[in-house]
Amino acid sequence: MTVPSHLHFFIDPSRCIGCQSCVQACSECDTHKGESMIHLEFIDRARSVQTVPVVCMHCEQPTCAEVCPADAIKRTGDGVVQSARKPRCIACGNCVMACPFGVPEVYPDRLLMMKCDMCYDRSSAGKRPMCATVCPSQALFFGTHEEIAALRPQSRPTNVFRFGEQTITTRTFVMVPRGQAPAPLLDVTAAMGDEPQRRTVRLPIHGAVPDAADPFAEVEV
Amino acid sequence: MAELPVNELSIIGAFGPHLSAKTRGTSADDPDKLVKTHCCFCGQQCGIQLKVRGNEVIGFEPWEDFPFNRGMLCPKGVKRYLQGSHPDRLLHALARDPSQPSGFRNIGYDDAIAKTAAEIARIQKEHGPSSVAVLGGASLTTEKTYLLGKFARVCLKTPFIDYNGRLCMVSAGAANKKSFGIDRTTNPWSDMVGTEVIWVAGSNVAECSPITTNYIWQARELGAKVIVQDPRITPVARTCDIFVPIKPGRDAAMFAGVLQLMIENGWVDEAFIDQHTTGFDAVAAYCKTWDVARTAEATGVPARTIHAVAELWGKAKSSFLFHARGIEHHSNGVQNALGTINLVLASGRLGRPKSGYGTIVGQANGQGGREHGQKCDQLPGWREIANPEHRQYIASVWGVEEKDIPGPGVDAYELFRKIDKGEIKALIAICFNPKVSLPDNQFVTRALEKLEFFAAIDFFLNDTALHADIVLPGSLQEEDEGTVTQVEGRVIKINKAVECPGEARQDWIIIQDIARALGRPHGFTFDSPRAIFEELRVASKGGVADYSGITYEKIERQMGVFWPCYSHDPKSGEPIDHAGTPRLFEPGSYNPVAKGAGRFYFADGKARFNVAEYRDPVDDASAEFPVYLTTGRVVSQFLSGTQTRRIGPLVAQYPEPRLEIHPRLAEKLGVADGDWATCETRRGAITLRAMVVTTIRPDTVFIPYHWTGPKSANRLTVAAQDPISKIPQYKVCGCRVKKADAAPEYASRLEAQQ
Repeated sequence: MTVPSHLHFFIDPSRCIGCQSCVQACSECDTHKGESMIHLEFIDRARSVQTVPVVCMHCEQPTCAEVCPADAIKRTGDGVVQSARKPRCIACGNCVMACPFGVPEVYPDRLLMMKCDMCYDRSSAGKRPMCATVCPSQALFFGTHEEIAALRPQSRPTNVFRFGEQTITTRTFVMVPRGQAPAPLLDVTAAMGDEPQRRTVRLPIHGAVPDAADPFAEVEV
Repeated sequence: MAELPVNELSIIGAFGPHLSAKTRGTSADDPDKLVKTHCCFCGQQCGIQLKVRGNEVIGFEPWEDFPFNRGMLCPKGVKRYLQGSHPDRLLHALARDPSQPSGFRNIGYDDAIAKTAAEIARIQKEHGPSSVAVLGGASLTTEKTYLLGKFARVCLKTPFIDYNGRLCMVSAGAANKKSFGIDRTTNPWSDMVGTEVIWVAGSNVAECSPITTNYIWQARELGAKVIVQDPRITPVARTCDIFVPIKPGRDAAMFAGVLQLMIENGWVDEAFIDQHTTGFDAVAAYCKTWDVARTAEATGVPARTIHAVAELWGKAKSSFLFHARGIEHHSNGVQNALGTINLVLASGRLGRPKSGYGTIVGQANGQGGREHGQKCDQLPGWREIANPEHRQYIASVWGVEEKDIPGPGVDAYELFRKIDKGEIKALIAICFNPKVSLPDNQFVTRALEKLEFFAAIDFFLNDTALHADIVLPGSLQEEDEGTVTQVEGRVIKINKAVECPGEARQDWIIIQDIARALGRPHGFTFDSPRAIFEELRVASKGGVADYSGITYEKIERQMGVFWPCYSHDPKSGEPIDHAGTPRLFEPGSYNPVAKGAGRFYFADGKARFNVAEYRDPVDDASAEFPVYLTTGRVVSQFLSGTQTRRIGPLVAQYPEPRLEIHPRLAEKLGVADGDWATCETRRGAITLRAMVVTTIRPDTVFIPYHWTGPKSANRLTVAAQDPISKIPQYKVCGCRVKKADAAPEYASRLEAQQ
C-alpha cells in the first residue's frame, strides 16, 4: 500500500488558528507512539496571534536522509520520507540539525528519531492523515491540486524553497497569496486610530515572480 | 450547613482534579467497535466515532461523513475520550463525613437515594414545596432537561428550577423571541459559503467554536468580506476585512450608529420593512440620536470604521450576522442582540439561502436545553409557564391538574440570593458548577454554605459538589443515549458507547429513583431515553419548538433533523413525513403561529423591530477602577473545567489563566510579560501571570474563566444582570491592575489545573 501520487499535504498558514488540534490528533495516530510529530508555533505572540503548523515537507532529496550516517531514513517510492528505522538509528541528531524546516526530533527515552510520516498507516490505506482530517480551519489540507484550487482561489500552492545556496523541492505544498494580500492585523491600537494603517504584503514565490530585494517587501496601499 | 467538610486540599487530594493519561490507544489495542456519536463539549456538536474496547473508550476516529464537521475536531474533541476511565471518576455514591480525611465516605447507591429523598421530604414538610430548588444544565440531553423540568414541577412541586444556560443563551433567546417569535439560528452553516458579507459581533469563533471558522473562512476564500467586532484581535479577527476594536459593553451604541448611517444613505430595504416588519419608525427615531461622532465617542471605534462597516453592510446583496457571548454577557445583553437583529431586518436579508442571522451557542445542548422546560419560566415545546393554554396542554400530557403545576420561578442567580436569604433550603444540582461559573462567586460559595441539604449528581466531584451532603454518581455523555440540538437547530443523536462504571447510573434513572423514593413516582417510570423522547414529542407538539415529527430513526437516516419538524401538517392537520426546517422565514413559508399571514412567528406574520437602547455597563470603569476587565474562553478548556481540567494534554496546552494586557498599559504599570500581576475589582482580587500582547485594547485586560478558587476570574466579575434575560454581565467591569509583590500563595500549593 502506498500514498497515491495525486494526493498531497497543503499547508496554509493564513488559515491557522493555533488551536493545536493537529498536535493533539497527531499523538493519537497509531504509529506515532503517543507523541506528536507536528510543530505548531506562534510567530511572535507578543505582537500577533499568528501561528504556523509545520508537518514534514517530504523533500524530493531529503536533507535528513542525506546527512544520516547510519542510512536510517528512507524515502519510500511514493515520496514519503519515513521516520528513522529503529534498528539503524543511532539517535545522533544529525537530521535534527540539518533539516531546513526543523521537522525531525530525537526522542532520548527511546533513542530514536521520529518525524511526521504523513500518518503512513492511514494515508497508505486510503485515509487522510490525522492532522489534516481534524484541522478545524483546514490550514492543513490533504487532497488533490484540483480540490485545493477550487477551495482556495485567492492563493496558490508552491513547493520550491530556497535556503541560501540550497533549493529544495518538496512533496508537501505551502499555500501563498496570489499577488498582494492584506497584511494581518497586529496591534489593536492601529485599528483605534483615525488614520488607516493597513498595508499589503507580497511574498516572492520561487520561480513564479521576480525576486524582490526584501523578501517581505511591503507596499503601501 | 453545606460548608466544606474538611480542608479543600484534602478533598482535592482524593477527588482531583488530577490529570488523565496523555493518550490511551496503541496499535495493539484494536477496538471492538466504533460508535458514531458527537463531542460532549460545545454547541457545534461535531460528529465523532469513539473507539470502544470492553467497557472502555480507548480513542477516537474522525467521522468524515457527518455533514457539519466532516471529520474536523478541535483539540477538546480530539482528547475528549480521555475523560472516560479517569482516576477521578465517581464510582460510588458519597456522603459528607468530616471524620474522613477526604471529607466524604462511600455509601450504597440505594442508601444515598433514600437519604436524599428523606431530607427533601423533611424540608418540604417543614418549609413547603418551594423550599427545594433544582439546577440543571445545557450539556444534558434534551430528554434529561425535559425530565428535570417535569421532576421539579410534578414531583417536587417547586417553581424553583433554572439552568446554566442562564449564563449562556438567554440574551439571544429573549431577543429572538421579541423579534421573530422563534428562537433559533435561521440557516444551516453551509449557507454562509457564497455570501457577500459576514459580521461577527462578540465571538472568538476560532477558540470557542473552531469548526465555524472553516465556514467563515471558506466564505472569505470565495469573496466574502468579514467584519469582526471585538476588543481583542482573536485568530478570526487577524485576517478580517474590517476590525471593529470596540470598548467592552458598547455594542448597542455601535449597532445604532451603523443603522443610522444606513438610514441616512438609503441602505435599508424599505419594501421588506413595509411588508414584513413592524416598529421600524421607533427604532429609526432612536438611532437618530446616534450620529457618527457620538457613536465613535461611546464605542471607542474610529469614525472611519463606523462608516466603512455601514457601507459594507448597507450595500451588500447577501450577508450573515453572527453574535455570541461577547455582546450577550452584559446587563444590556438583550438590547445588544436586538441591535444586531434590527440591522438584519433593516437589510431585508433573511430567509434566503445565502443570507441569515444567528447566535453561536456555547454548550452542547445550548439550543435544545433552552426549549423544553428546565428554564424557570418555561414548559416543553418553548411554551410559557404563565400561559393558561400552555399550562392546560402540558398538564394533560403529564396527567396532572393544571392548578398543580407551579408558576414561574426565578433565574439561577436569584435562586442563590434566595438561598442566601434562607427562603430556599435544599438544592439538587446536576451539570452546573456555579462556584466557578457564576459572577461574584465568593457570594455563591457563602450561599452554598447556608443550605440545609445539598445533593449533587455528577461524574466527577466538581468544585460546587465539594459542598454536597450527598453525591450521586451520574453518567458521562458516552454512557447514555439521547438527543441534543446543535448550533444550527439540528437535532442529533448521542449514542451510548459504554455502560456506567461501578455504582454510577444514567442521570434519568437517578432522577426517577429520587421520585420513587419520595413516594411520588407518577410520571417518572420511563424505561429508556427513547421513552422520554416519545413523551417529549407529544409535549412539544403544537409549541413553537415542535419536535413531534422527529424520531431517533429519522435523525439517523438524515444525519440530523432541523426543528420545527411536524408529525401533522400545521396547515391541513393531516399526518405527514416532515423532513424538518433547515431554513427559517423563507418566502411563502407557513408556520402555525402566523397561519399563513407571513413568514415570522407572530399572529400577523411580521417580524418586530425593537428599540435597542444603549446603557452604560454596571460597575463601569471609573477613577478608582480605571481598566475594563473582560473574560472568556481558551480553545483547550471548556466552561468551568470540570472535565477539561482533568484531561492531561488539554491542561498542558494552556495550564493556568493568564492576564492579557497591552504593552502600553503594562509599561505604565511596570508589568513585564510573565510577571505576577494582581487584578482587583470591587468583589475581590486574583494574582496571575501577565501576558503582554498588542492584540488587546490598551484600556482593557482579559482573563479566561475556566479555573477555580484563587485563579477564578469570576471572583472579580459583577453580578449585574440584564433586566429581561437575567444574564450576568461577565464581559465588562471596572478593575485595577498592579504588579504583584510576590508569587501568590497558591503557586506553591496547587497544581496548574487545581
